[in-house]
Amino acid sequence: MITTSNQRLTQGQFSFLPELTDAQITRQIEYALQHEWSVGVEYTDDPHPRNTYWEMYGNPMFDLKDPAGILLEINNCRKTFPNHYIRVTAFDATRGVESPKMSYIVNRPKAEPGFGLIRQEVDGRNIRYTIHSYAADKPEGERY
Amino acid sequence: MSETIDLKALWNESGVQAVLDSLDAELIGLAPVKKRIREIASLLVIDKVRRDLQLEAGAPSLHMSFTGNPGTGKTTVAFRMAELLHKLGYSRKGHLVAVTRDDLVGQYIGHTAPKTKEVLKKAMGGVLFIDEAYYLYKPENERDYGQEAIEILLQVMENQRDDLVVILAGYKDRMDTFFKSNPGMSSRIAHHIDFPDYRNEELVAIGELILKGWNYQLSPRAARAFGDYIARRREQPHFANARSVRNALDRARLRQAHRLLESNNAIDKAALQTIEAEDILQSRVMAPVETTAKESAR
Repeated sequence: MITTSNQRLTQGQFSFLPELTDAQITRQIEYALQHEWSVGVEYTDDPHPRNTYWEMYGNPMFDLKDPAGILLEINNCRKTFPNHYIRVTAFDATRGVESPKMSYIVNRPKAEPGFGLIRQEVDGRNIRYTIHSYAADKPEGERY
Repeated sequence: MSETIDLKALWNESGVQAVLDSLDAELIGLAPVKKRIREIASLLVIDKVRRDLQLEAGAPSLHMSFTGNPGTGKTTVAFRMAELLHKLGYSRKGHLVAVTRDDLVGQYIGHTAPKTKEVLKKAMGGVLFIDEAYYLYKPENERDYGQEAIEILLQVMENQRDDLVVILAGYKDRMDTFFKSNPGMSSRIAHHIDFPDYRNEELVAIGELILKGWNYQLSPRAARAFGDYIARRREQPHFANARSVRNALDRARLRQAHRLLESNNAIDKAALQTIEAEDILQSRVMAPVETTAKESAR
């Protein structure tokens, strides 16, 4: 399931819940910092589930002690991209893990058109399915 | 409502007294500094009580400037301050990020802002200690990027008072010029604390405290010699208060080690721990005093 029934994008953690408040985001960041994960802020206007690499907003933040600094960056990013998807990721650099441990959306466009299913008929009446974001028809930056 | 509040109990409960006591025990002298720290601590405790009674007054501004000659304990007190603010619940994490101009100011256009912001983000929830802050402002170069760092700093100091405390430190005269040319900075700092120079006997006491930390002690004669040493050292250029004391003791340790090895005698634990007068008298600073001492003895 890539969206809920009202076309709300569901990716990462907490995406079936109502929007996180700043206080809740702070608690989540606090959790990541406790584990010494480095937290980064990323944004995109192409929310296709296979679009793994979103644009980074600034560098990932290392050696922070307090969530206030990250919340500041999130709010800066929201100001710059009010109509983009913005997510917060927490990267665990422990040897052998070296991958994101948390990822959750903190900002989404006002209107989310959702995804369409495209059926392509191929040899022998087989069908190939493609998921296509309605918003992605428009050029980058004008999608939402 | 005539309910009374036991302030004494609240004060004890906050754990501030322990920090202040260790401040008293481990930092010699600095009476005006300790007084101001005590006042700040009192304000924060009272503020907490007022908040419980819904007497909101807004978070007090706690940005500070520490001025004083080299080696008067500015950095040490800043570390203590971070701990104290954490105990009082004013800063959430209580860590201290110590930076200088290099950490804030970039080398080319557009490099400064991200650099400064990164440092500020790291300091959030704690204390940002900017050593030799006057280097941030270089009036002789109008394209210097220091000004940009100052502006970002000011903005955060104003808007995120709950998130971090900024402490600027530096030598008195240069800090005064710095504040004169940056009135915005001066007015945003509520506490200007001046660190006085130590008196000679205070420096001896500091020396003894340092030695105690290293498990050494001065013999009675050495203590007298050390008093002389400090009086003489003060007259010489580049005197840096407690730092000079520390360096002098470092060298005395070397001489003691050398003396013990040269003596070829079996030694006991006490000898290993004791710094004798000759370890101090051999110092370059004391060179003339030796001759005068001999002359007077003659």
